Amino acid sequence: MRIIVCVKRVPDSESRIAKAKDGLSVDTQGVKFVLNPYDEYAVEEALKLKEAAGDGSVSVITLGGEESKETLRTALAMGVDEAVLLKGQPSVDGLGTAEKLAEAIKGREYDLVLFGKQAIDDDNLQVPAMVAELLGLPCATVVTELQVDGGAVTATREVEGGHEIVEFELPGLIAAQKGLNEPRYPSLKGIMQAKKKPLEEVDAGDAESRLEVVEVMNPPVRAAGQIVGEGADAVPELVRKLRDEAKVI
Amino acid sequence: MTKFEGVDYYNVDSLLSEEERAVRDTVRDWVDENLLPLIARCYVERRFPSELVPQMAELGFFGANMPEKYGCAGLNNVAYGLIMQELERGDSGVRSFASVQASLVMYPILEFGSGEQRDYWLPKLAKAEAVGCYGLTEPDYGSDPGGLTTRAVKDGEEWVITGTKMWITNASIADVAIIWAKTGELDDPESIRGFIVETDREGYVASDQKGKLSLLASDTSEISLQEVRVPAANLLPGSSGLRSPLMCLNQARYGIAWGAVGAAMACYAEALSYAQNRLQFDRAIAGYQIQQIRLVEMLTEITKGQLLALQLGRLKDGGKLRHAQVSMAKRNNVNMACEVAREARRLLGANGILVEYQSMRHMANLESVYTYEGTHDIHGLIVGEDITGLSAVT
Ligand SMILES: Cc1cc2nc3c(=O)[nH]c(=O)nc-3n(C[C@H](O)[C@H](O)[C@H](O)COP(=O)(O)OP(=O)(O)OC[C@H]3O[C@@H](n4cnc5c(N)ncnc54)[C@H](O)[C@@H]3O)c2cc1C
Repeated sequence: MRIIVCVKRVPDSESRIAKAKDGLSVDTQGVKFVLNPYDEYAVEEALKLKEAAGDGSVSVITLGGEESKETLRTALAMGVDEAVLLKGQPSVDGLGTAEKLAEAIKGREYDLVLFGKQAIDDDNLQVPAMVAELLGLPCATVVTELQVDGGAVTATREVEGGHEIVEFELPGLIAAQKGLNEPRYPSLKGIMQAKKKPLEEVDAGDAESRLEVVEVMNPPVRAAGQIVGEGADAVPELVRKLRDEAKVI
Repeated sequence: MTKFEGVDYYNVDSLLSEEERAVRDTVRDWVDENLLPLIARCYVERRFPSELVPQMAELGFFGANMPEKYGCAGLNNVAYGLIMQELERGDSGVRSFASVQASLVMYPILEFGSGEQRDYWLPKLAKAEAVGCYGLTEPDYGSDPGGLTTRAVKDGEEWVITGTKMWITNASIADVAIIWAKTGELDDPESIRGFIVETDREGYVASDQKGKLSLLASDTSEISLQEVRVPAANLLPGSSGLRSPLMCLNQARYGIAWGAVGAAMACYAEALSYAQNRLQFDRAIAGYQIQQIRLVEMLTEITKGQLLALQLGRLKDGGKLRHAQVSMAKRNNVNMACEVAREARRLLGANGILVEYQSMRHMANLESVYTYEGTHDIHGLIVGEDITGLSAVT
């Protein structure tokens, strides 16, 4: 079983995001970057499938700058076998990025391509489906359960108010949703081994953007929370505030 | 579960390598997701969270700076220090467990053990298939371990060990104890040797130290050794004199200098968030000058402690570390953490005395840390002797 997982370097969900001076992007100064959380589910699923199959390989691919190597090494530390850095900038819309990824994947051997369902930085939710389209692969997005039996794949998708079960034959593409699994931590030994694993660099060039960002805005400032008390004694005051002040009940 | 964002006012992160940060982040996430949700309950139930040990072993937390051939990660000492920092951000008791396992049990076997002892014990201890403890302190000999009265007498191909050890972390849950005993006269600290004592040997009895008000999520016990017989091969051949147990303590103190910073970071973060959310006189208490100064002093001391620990680690990795430097860092950082925890507790008002908040638990824990591994005073005397050339005790 050969699996390719596409990953992205994104700001940590806990980071405080500020507008950059140009007003068109985010100030990366002091921001901590991590492997996109949904991609962690994808990496974990790939590792589990490989472990269950007893052989095969898992590789990760990203489109990004030099700094994305750190993200790739996080995946390598989790247990991925090899990594590919497509050197270039992702596009604002999904298509340019999808084209670069599809081009890179096309030349490689694979049975399954995995993605996280979305990158938590620009929340486009486009790239997995676009890559599937460009490669002519069956595609299941927002997947919370996956079974692979030989070449037959059964995926459970989250749909409004319930679940949908779909089947397809490999090769195919899956985009992972939270709940698919519990991603492992990169072990300390894994972190040490990561730097010895192959990391291929390809000059992919910047992805073409068909959209242009004209403005980036901060969300409205929220007032600080309040601690009304502790335990059961706090309930009457909480109810009063929710009713009289917040007017939500 | 909330994710810890770190406390890093001086961008100390930029002084760490990518690997060091990755190690720190693994332990940080693990502490947030696995240790913090259950530690308050363990604390009031006065029990060590032993259910966490297999995961900690699996991720490589035990003896992470030891060689790969024994199943360890082979990390540098800064990365090791960051592990201790994050574990103690969770709880000093859990960090104590890890310190004992690595610095006080694995280290003496690595440093003073025979090839066979290393091959047998180190992989087992790294995987926590065996839990260890370290018996140096005795009822009458704490700061002055050279006076210890536990004796080991050779009888044919065996050593017969008799004595009492007190305040021993992990002693009731341990599979193996490193016991320090005199093989010669009681007035001869040069005759101190280390022994590997399996705890299921006849005559080894550990009993829980009752009545603690600190480090409640940690096993602290007394060990009674009644003519415990171990094979001659259980002697640590490379150990000789008081210097050997002190070398182990020096390893553990190194980790404590980092660990204390973690506990202080947890208290500061809790205090800051509380101050921003708690309204009195219609304003967040963070807006009042007294609380601002309180927070500023906490953060300033933490920042100094972080830089002290980091440079200590760089010296250790460069092979240039002197033991008095470890003493200065243990002394300063633990005292700093004690103060920060107490100030955080006070800032939290009445909530600050509850176990649902972390500060008072850390505050109580840190009193043990202040005392063990060489008290605050004793480390002062070690640095004092180093800078004046005059010993205050001999
Ligand atoms: C929770 C906990 C866990 C522990 N775990 C272990 C363990 O796993 N293994 C182990 O071997 N030990 C362990 N210890 C023991 C610890 O190392 C000792 O408690 C410590 O060395 C101090 O010894 P003492 O308690 O006998 O105090 P004492 O040595 O009696 O000191 C009492 C006071 O006198 C001061 N003092 C002593 N000598 C001098 C001097 N010359 N000048 C000025 N002041 C002095 C001390 O600073 C202290 O304030 C643990 C202790 C605790 C509390």
